[in-house]
Order: sequence, then C-alpha cells, then structure tokens
Amino acid sequence: MFDKYLIVDGSLRNVGPSDAPSGFAFEAKLGYYRGLGLSMVEALDITVDGEAVPREAIRFDEGNGPLSLDEMETAFDRRWPFGAPATITVERDGGLAPGEHSLEFSQQLRISYMPFPSINSDAKSLTIA
Amino acid sequence: MAANIKRGVSLYSFQEEMFLGQMNVEDCVEFAASIGATGIEILPEQNMPSFPNIDDRQVAWWKDLMAKHGTELTCYDMFLDTKVRKDRLMTDEEQIASIRRDLELCNRLGIRNMRVLVFVRPDILERCVPYAEDLDVHMGVEVHAPWHLEHAWILRTVEVADRLGTKHLGLLPDMGIFMKHYPPVYRDRFIRQGARLEVAEFIIDQHEQKIMAEYTIYEVAVKMKGNPAEVRMAEILRHQPYANPKRIRDYIPYFRHIQAKFHEMTEDDRDPSHAYDEVIPELVAGGWEGYLSSEYEGNRWIQDVEEVDSREQVRRQHRMFDRLIAQAEGAR
Repeated sequence: MFDKYLIVDGSLRNVGPSDAPSGFAFEAKLGYYRGLGLSMVEALDITVDGEAVPREAIRFDEGNGPLSLDEMETAFDRRWPFGAPATITVERDGGLAPGEHSLEFSQQLRISYMPFPSINSDAKSLTIA
Repeated sequence: MAANIKRGVSLYSFQEEMFLGQMNVEDCVEFAASIGATGIEILPEQNMPSFPNIDDRQVAWWKDLMAKHGTELTCYDMFLDTKVRKDRLMTDEEQIASIRRDLELCNRLGIRNMRVLVFVRPDILERCVPYAEDLDVHMGVEVHAPWHLEHAWILRTVEVADRLGTKHLGLLPDMGIFMKHYPPVYRDRFIRQGARLEVAEFIIDQHEQKIMAEYTIYEVAVKMKGNPAEVRMAEILRHQPYANPKRIRDYIPYFRHIQAKFHEMTEDDRDPSHAYDEVIPELVAGGWEGYLSSEYEGNRWIQDVEEVDSREQVRRQHRMFDRLIAQAEGAR
C-alpha cells in the first residue's frame, strides 16, 4: 500500500571513517498502515547495483540501537512505528563509490490476520555524494 | 427529528498524508470537525507511536484534543498479533491478555466501541466478555469482505452473544461487504499494470452479472490466457461480495458502529461501487443509532499516478451521507 515510499529519497550514504567506509546506510519506512513489532519483520532484502546483500550484513535501527535480522526475531519489546523512518545499515568494506546506485529493498512481514506473509518492495536510484 | 445516524471519520482515511508526514493527528481531527464529522475512530497502533505504553499524560492529550475540536472518540481499532513469535502461535491465555490490554486502554480513553479483527476466534472473545462488560466496551467483530453478515464464521459470534445474553459482544460492519459495482479505480490501476481493455471490460461485466468469481477467474486465466494484471484483476473478485442490503436491519441489535469503507467518490458526491443508497435507508428505517465512520482506502489505487487528496474524498462522502440520510428520513 506504500511500496513506492519505502526507501527514503536522498538518504543513501556511506558509514564509518570517510577514508575507509565500513558500509552504507539508508532510511526506510514500514509498508503498512500501522506500526509492527520487530519480531514480525521476517526479512529485509536488499540488492544494490544488481548484487544481493547477505542477510548477515544487514543491521536495523528504529532508534533504540542496531539489531541483526536474527536479533529482531526476539525483540518483543520494540516496534517499528507507522510512517517512521528506520536506519538500515549494510556492512560492506569500502562502502559504495560516489555516484548513482540502484537500490532494491523489500520487506517480508508476518501479519497475523493474513494467511500469507506480506511482501512490500521498492526500487530507487540514489546518489552517494 | 434529529438523525440517529451520526457522521464520523476513521483516522485510517488519512493514512497517505500521515505516512508522508503531510498531516498529523490533530490536522485530521481539525479537518473532520470542519465538515461536521464529530466522531473520531482511532488505530492506536497507527496513531500512538509509543503503543502499547500509553501514559496518563497521553490519554489526557487525546481527551483535550477532542474537547478542543468538539469531537468524540468513537471506536478503537484493535489488532491481535497471534504470530508475534516465529516458533508458535500465541496461546489462548496470551490472546486473552492482549485483548484485555486493549479493552483497558480503550476504557482509559473513554471509548465504548472496540473494532475486533474478523480473524479473532469467537471462543476467545467469549472468554473476554467479562472484561468487556466490566470496562463497558462493546467488542464488535469487523464484518469485512469477503465475509458478510450471514457468513457462518460471523454467525458464530452472533451465537455466542445470544447465548451469553451480553450487550458487550457483537458485530461491526464494514461497508465493503456491499460492493455492488467493480471500482473504477481498481479497473484503471489494473489497466496501467497491463490489463487489456477488452479483458477488463469482460471482468467488469461478469461482476455486474454477479457471476461467481471462480468462473470469471477460470475464463480469464485459462481460456483467455490472461496476463498477470488481468488474472489479479479477476482474482480480486473473490474478496468483493455484494451482500444483500436488506439483511442489515436484522443485525441492528448486534452493532453500534459502522466502518464506511470507500475507494473513490465522484465529483457529484456519489460512490460508484458501494450501495450506500440501499444501505442507509435500511439503517434509518430500522432506527439504528451510531456513527458512519469514513474509511477511505483509495490511496493505494491511485498513488502511482496522482496526488492523493483524502480530505476531498472524505468531504464528498460526507455530503453523500447528508443527502442519503435526509432522503431516508423524509421517506419515513
């Protein structure tokens, strides 16, 4: 219902020391009309310039500290609020080169009242300054 | 005579603007009040970022907000995360505890209606009735398409309510069950996604004739070798029943609030899909009292090509409510 808005425009940047970035990060919203407990975010899939990012390299932070996707599964006291951007970080030596990058992002959510998982996807071209 | 049917708005209606940070809760309430929609339905898990931890100061903020705009909180939309854990479903006791938490917050906010998701088991709700009675909150099971008022699953809740003789368990109809015509915004979106015009027209014609969805899906998917957009356009028919508006009167004792679902209002204030012109006379004739609470859900169908204007859509729906209620009152 909000697919085209999941990746926040202009939010892509490298993280870590500027001369030796440890990865990149962007802001993303939950594609749902309410907030959701982090334990029900089953997967965050990221592809950058056609290359899939391994699950282990992804960290999620809604504002209370970074978690791996495995740690999110038992984060029962934390939620991703409606419409609120969270920081998605990808560990990757050297980060991304300056210039345009194509970013694909999808979320697999376990919505209790639905018979199947909810999958939301966005793809945008973003620039590293 | 004063109308028993009142006009309200669910904050669900403004999800596009709120998601994008273009409107906040107070903007929505202020807008509702400006069109005479005095009842405000909330989704705490959407509208309260710190949910489920809501302190008294936050409760007071909501009450002050209502007083400031001359509105009242009408309904609390609950959720139940039975799948909160990856390894197992919530136990019955955990489900009851979650519902009880919502009933208590509902009561603290001074709200007397709680929208219960349709998938919640009637036997779980039966065990929650003592809490609902104690807190004076009506648990209304959302009658949401493709369920309808006389679906066997819905009748299980009616059976429990009758057997217990309780006034605190019943239904909460979503007007999506009265979809008489295929929504033009659905059609246009599927065409933008690649549905051919002649196939789209075939699907709409089948729906107009009220042909069972499975026949249409087979025709489109197999015989016409439909493309993915066409198959999706046909498959969505499974979720679009047109329940008989005349039956709603029989269920008036069981519901106190209505979610007035819609996807699009025309410039002359008509809903091209849902049979409000048939439902509202039944509600008026039956003497039903409660809020018609707008649930605009058209944003997701048009946001790919145009700016969503939820306020204008809701405003038009309320002019339709005024017109249809006045006509029905006049005919009494």
